[in-house]
Amino acid sequence: MNITVTVNGRPYTRDVEPRLLLVHFLRDELDLTGTHWGCDTSNCGACVVWLDEVPVKSCTVLAVMASGKEVRTVEGLERDGELDPVQQGFTECHGLQCGFCTPGMLMTSRWLLDRSPDPSEAEIREAVSGQICRCTGYENIVRSVRWAAEHSSREVAQ
Amino acid sequence: MQVPANFEYAKATTVEEALALLARHGDEARVVAGGHSLIPMMKLRLARPEALIDINDVAELSRIRVEGDALCVGALVRHAELLGSAVAGEHFPILHDAERVIADPVVRNRGTVGGSLCQADPSEDLSAAFAALRATAVIKGPDGERTVPVREFHTGPYETVVEAGELLTEVRVPIRPGGSSAYVKVERRAGDWPLAAAGAVLRLADGRIAEAGIGLTAVRAEHFFAAEAEDALRGAVPSEELFAEAGRIAAAHCDPGSDQRGPADYKRHLAGELTIRALRRAYERCMP
Ligand code: FES
Ligand code: FES
Repeated sequence: MNITVTVNGRPYTRDVEPRLLLVHFLRDELDLTGTHWGCDTSNCGACVVWLDEVPVKSCTVLAVMASGKEVRTVEGLERDGELDPVQQGFTECHGLQCGFCTPGMLMTSRWLLDRSPDPSEAEIREAVSGQICRCTGYENIVRSVRWAAEHSSREVAQ
Repeated sequence: MQVPANFEYAKATTVEEALALLARHGDEARVVAGGHSLIPMMKLRLARPEALIDINDVAELSRIRVEGDALCVGALVRHAELLGSAVAGEHFPILHDAERVIADPVVRNRGTVGGSLCQADPSEDLSAAFAALRATAVIKGPDGERTVPVREFHTGPYETVVEAGELLTEVRVPIRPGGSSAYVKVERRAGDWPLAAAGAVLRLADGRIAEAGIGLTAVRAEHFFAAEAEDALRGAVPSEELFAEAGRIAAAHCDPGSDQRGPADYKRHLAGELTIRALRRAYERCMP
């Protein structure tokens, strides 16, 4: 099937099998390997991307379902060469070790902060509760998101 | 890597189009919305539909609205949307209680109300919540529309009254004054399926319980509700003793099995205890 998916603002047209999952479309067809692929069963959250502005687990979405829609991946977080505050926060607060869960954590965190710019620790933990990190124990992830909340884009850019 | 078997794929943008596509593709076609039950089953080849009819763009199924004396929840409403709906929470706190503990926030962004009901997983929360609320399912097919009480919607595990060629379009929940509701669940970890869960709906009149609904999840209660416990509550004056009695009856009339989530006797204990807690909370919420 011929599909056109807009990813990080750029339209991509590909001929795909209907059974191709969005995560593999991004990684294998578009070479956007920032999105990770872990459990394959919608449990781990490594594959989270935005589909029409909403975080979804891309291992459980068909690429054909994204046709005509907008996808945003971790590669689309930075703007004009500047890291997004959540990326900066994860760097500042050691929010990752191996980095496997990080793309999904970043996408969910950005979404949380867009809707709730000053989230409590409980809100942050709830927001990432469908995502598994085997390294950090989540403490530093929570700190990283708080750091991002306290530093607006402009401050980070400066 | 888990990959579904091949299938044909078609997108519908209206209910009519979805029904036409279902008719064209016949018995082996399945409707897909959020896909968070069906796609995993297709990856495991537990489901092998020959065609998928994608209804994600059928905007008319995405609405939550009050019509007459009912809250109408479109089949395509995402769990996150039901959780975010002020009108749903105001009339039926049980729906917000349940949605808060269904899967995780990212899954809730995609999974739908209609998909959950049609998947008919015995551990699925909304089936019990809607059964407790005595909601009605609206089903459209080639011969028009029919309605089925949610209490008759499930015909067995993973089976419903929705026939090939038909589409669940909406769930209607009757709005009645003078009551409230609650849902309580025990799961092993955040976002997991329940070991057991219970929902309670109470309507009070003149200091007595005019009507009660008790929904039970994951404990093999027939059609997800506890008729005998409801009978014990109806007409009685609410009290701790009454709720304890209803809990005892609810536990006695379900039939949980032992599995990797827990032993049967523990689940039965939970069915009783969670019934009591749900009743208590629903009753507290009835108070102004
Ligand atoms: S790979 Fe998608 S949730 Fe784990
Ligand atoms: S940093 Fe290794 S899994 Fe999260």
